[in-house]
Amino acid sequence: MELEKLLERCEPVIGLEIHVQLRTETKMFCGCANRFGAPPNSLTCPVCLGLPGALPVINRRSFELGVRAALALHGNIQNDTGFDRKNYFYPDQPKNYQISQYELPLALGGYVEIENDSDAAKKIRLMRMHLEEDAGKNIHDPDSNSTLVDLNRAGTPLLEIVSEPDIRSPGDAVLYARSLREILRYAEVSDCDMEKGNFRADTNISVRPRGSGELGTRTEIKNLNSFAHLRACLEFEIKRQAEILESGGQVLQETLQFDPVTGRTSSMRSKEEAHDYRYFPEPDLLPVFISEDRVGEIRGSLPELPGPKRRRYVEDYGLSEYVAGVLTADRESAALFESAIARGGEPKRMANWIANEVAGQMNDRGLAWDECPMTPKMIVELEELIADGTITRKVGRGLFPEIFGTGKPPSDIVREKGLAGGADLSEIGRILDRMIEEKPKLVADYKAGRKKAVNAFIGPVMRKTRGKADAGEVVRLLEGKLGAPDEGKS
Amino acid sequence: MISTATARRIAGDVRSGKRTAREVVEESLARIEKYDGEIHAFVHVCSDEALARADGIDAAVARGETDGLLLGVPVAVKDNICTRNIPTTAASRILENYRPPYDAHVIERLLGEGAVIVGKTNQDEFGMGSTSQYTVYEATRNPWNSGRVPGGSSGGSAAAVAAGMVPIALGTDTGGSIRQPAAFCGVTGLKPTYGRVSRYGLIAFASSLDQIGPITADAPDAALALRVIAGRDERDSTSADKKVPAYDGKPVSGGSIEGLKIGLPLEYFPDNLDGEVAAAVRLGVSGLEKLGASVVEVSLPHTRYAIAAYYIIAPAEASSNLARYDGVHYGRRAESHDVRSLYVRSRSEGFGPEVQRRIMLGTFALSSGYYDAYYLKAQKVRTLVRRDFEKAFERCDLIVSPVAPGSAFPLGKWLDDPIRMYLGDVFTVPASLAGCPAVSVPCGMTGDGLPIGMQVIGPEFREGLVLGAAAAYQKATDHPAGIPSEIRKIESRSGANN
Ligand SMILES: [Zn+2]
Repeated sequence: MELEKLLERCEPVIGLEIHVQLRTETKMFCGCANRFGAPPNSLTCPVCLGLPGALPVINRRSFELGVRAALALHGNIQNDTGFDRKNYFYPDQPKNYQISQYELPLALGGYVEIENDSDAAKKIRLMRMHLEEDAGKNIHDPDSNSTLVDLNRAGTPLLEIVSEPDIRSPGDAVLYARSLREILRYAEVSDCDMEKGNFRADTNISVRPRGSGELGTRTEIKNLNSFAHLRACLEFEIKRQAEILESGGQVLQETLQFDPVTGRTSSMRSKEEAHDYRYFPEPDLLPVFISEDRVGEIRGSLPELPGPKRRRYVEDYGLSEYVAGVLTADRESAALFESAIARGGEPKRMANWIANEVAGQMNDRGLAWDECPMTPKMIVELEELIADGTITRKVGRGLFPEIFGTGKPPSDIVREKGLAGGADLSEIGRILDRMIEEKPKLVADYKAGRKKAVNAFIGPVMRKTRGKADAGEVVRLLEGKLGAPDEGKS
Repeated sequence: MISTATARRIAGDVRSGKRTAREVVEESLARIEKYDGEIHAFVHVCSDEALARADGIDAAVARGETDGLLLGVPVAVKDNICTRNIPTTAASRILENYRPPYDAHVIERLLGEGAVIVGKTNQDEFGMGSTSQYTVYEATRNPWNSGRVPGGSSGGSAAAVAAGMVPIALGTDTGGSIRQPAAFCGVTGLKPTYGRVSRYGLIAFASSLDQIGPITADAPDAALALRVIAGRDERDSTSADKKVPAYDGKPVSGGSIEGLKIGLPLEYFPDNLDGEVAAAVRLGVSGLEKLGASVVEVSLPHTRYAIAAYYIIAPAEASSNLARYDGVHYGRRAESHDVRSLYVRSRSEGFGPEVQRRIMLGTFALSSGYYDAYYLKAQKVRTLVRRDFEKAFERCDLIVSPVAPGSAFPLGKWLDDPIRMYLGDVFTVPASLAGCPAVSVPCGMTGDGLPIGMQVIGPEFREGLVLGAAAAYQKATDHPAGIPSEIRKIESRSGANN
């Protein structure tokens, strides 16, 4: 059955739980480095190995980054918070319990705004945000046919962001996750690099007949590590649940896993097999109090976030919603734009270069914004070369891939290629003078207002200047020499 | 004949050059060698390391470096306290051959003051028990009667000090595990205020109750040891950021306890209390009165609920603390082909029956649907017990009570009756729940020649007062009388052989 057809009759109710690794120097409860890609088990100590007798100590920085993230998401910071133990056995978790926040989470409430094509901006409400420690990784070793455990990741600070079930389509779920990621990157709390596991999503979904106010039985899908998987798994799950419901069946409450290869979900454990986590207050840690003053300081240190920034770009610089959206989609692209303006670049011109040429090159080369080789200086300089007539805009655009690719200053490239003087007016003037002398017929046609005649002038000028001339300039010079053609004839 | 030199005396002698650390340590090792075949106080003796360290100390003394408070003093350490590269098993099969890569905070402190670790002492597995029989090793015997238990869980530490093998042993106390064996063995045992001593490196039983403390021959030595191990440690968030006084074990107010108000809690002298114990403790109290203290009756009305609350909270925390022993990362691993059976087999083979019982109790108490009725309720009782003490201390300076309802019982008794065993903790558990410091001081002997202990409990962080009163009492009396009978027997046998 087609998804669109189904969605006319059925409404999905979706919630997301996102785990974000916080960007701290050290782990959450010990002094080991919080870093990706080190040799297995090299970033460990008695605490994160869960050795007998070792005790956790809260890393203040991870706590404050959590507060910062929660503030960026409009959460209500709780002054009195605490940690609990979540008990379950798994080999990547050396203590067989996870230190998390259950009774007294870091923040309650909050929201993320999303804008899809059909609706106006929509707020997805957040239920809660809490801190917890990450687990290690189990790695299957085919040589010994055994499972190896790498505990470098164990104890990495995580912020879990739990949404209300406010999302009504797979597309909105992806929009929500993207916006959330964008905000957290802006707030500099996490790199949110999905390939490195900085940003991981669980989702829960139920389906109900449109118009129904009741919630259906929901399933939970764990560990979706890309937006594409999130979308695909929700689409699959909507179809699966809708078909069960429409054939009179019952959806089972269970935890599922998604196989990206087959695009299908399958059962991990049923409701009966659900863990009893036996939460209780972590006796090795004291409750944490954070004062309103400190919350205020952290709030004051937050940078401008993407939503307000986008609105400001539209209002202050007259950018289109689209261009402003492209610029603010990433903290780095917005930073590039703003420093180009700070260097004297004209806002609309700068915006167009970045949103079109820079973004295009990045896309072609598969680069992320933090890998962008373009400096604001290069963009400003390129625009100046055009503005002072050294090169035409067309030439400028043509040069762009090379500037981008080599990282050389645009003026150097122009000089090396001998492109400077592309709009050398005296040369164009000389070519036109010769043509006027040699082709009286053409002059007559021009004066009679025949448009073809204009092109007949431009063509040879272009050929003789090897394309360096600007057509507009040619027309302007021609008008200077022969006067404007009569209007309205062709 | 053994001479029972105090730690103060040993450190002074080594400092002044009267004795070398090597002589002291050799003597300690010789006694362990001689007595421990019968007493089984130690589970591991590190002679080579101890002698090498003693030589190092002697060399330092020769260079004029004589600073350490415990210079050359042999110290025994309970097996649940981590010692770097020295086996640390908490007397459990699941940690067989485990050698920690780091020293506990208290070990760093001891070594920093010139102490010499001579070995690890026996205990009930993970601290769960009060007889030192729930151990993977041979059960420890009471030096006063080898047919009796030494108490527990720090039975090895108490027996080692009672037998004169070491002047100081570290124990740990969760619900009485320092105080009760000290009472059974006729030595002094202090459970400090919760938070006074860092737990970093202590293999956790119940995190909100566990404390490390000294077991010594007398209160001034306990004061000296506490001074060394107490104080804030950044690695234990629950360690108190409070200045450590220079505990000297001297009685308060210039050498006397004149004017101190001693509270006697009605609830600690029930009708069914062992007659000899009741009499000895009352005699101890009148001894304090003779020294100038006055006695008032106080009430700790929630005492009767304390045991039940303790046996919910401690197993609940233990069930989580002991989850890490799963055969995956370290310790004993059972043969298996999948992770689930690895867990089940490693834990079933690795944990003894009492530990398994408490893990199950604790798991149940934390389970969804039971949490409020058990764990939360127990925490409420804990608050009430703490308030009892706060109120009582408005009326008195110290509280005196028996340590245990009876004296050391025969080996094997009540092993099949855990509830009966748990009830033996009735007088020690309340101070643990409240977090108060409490010391066990010998105050008499039974007709069978077994020591009886008196418990002195103080308000939080008043260890100085608690130990001061104990020291004054000990100075005026001479409990326990002489050398433990089993040690005397061994000595006379070896004397006859010579
Ligand atoms: Zn670590």
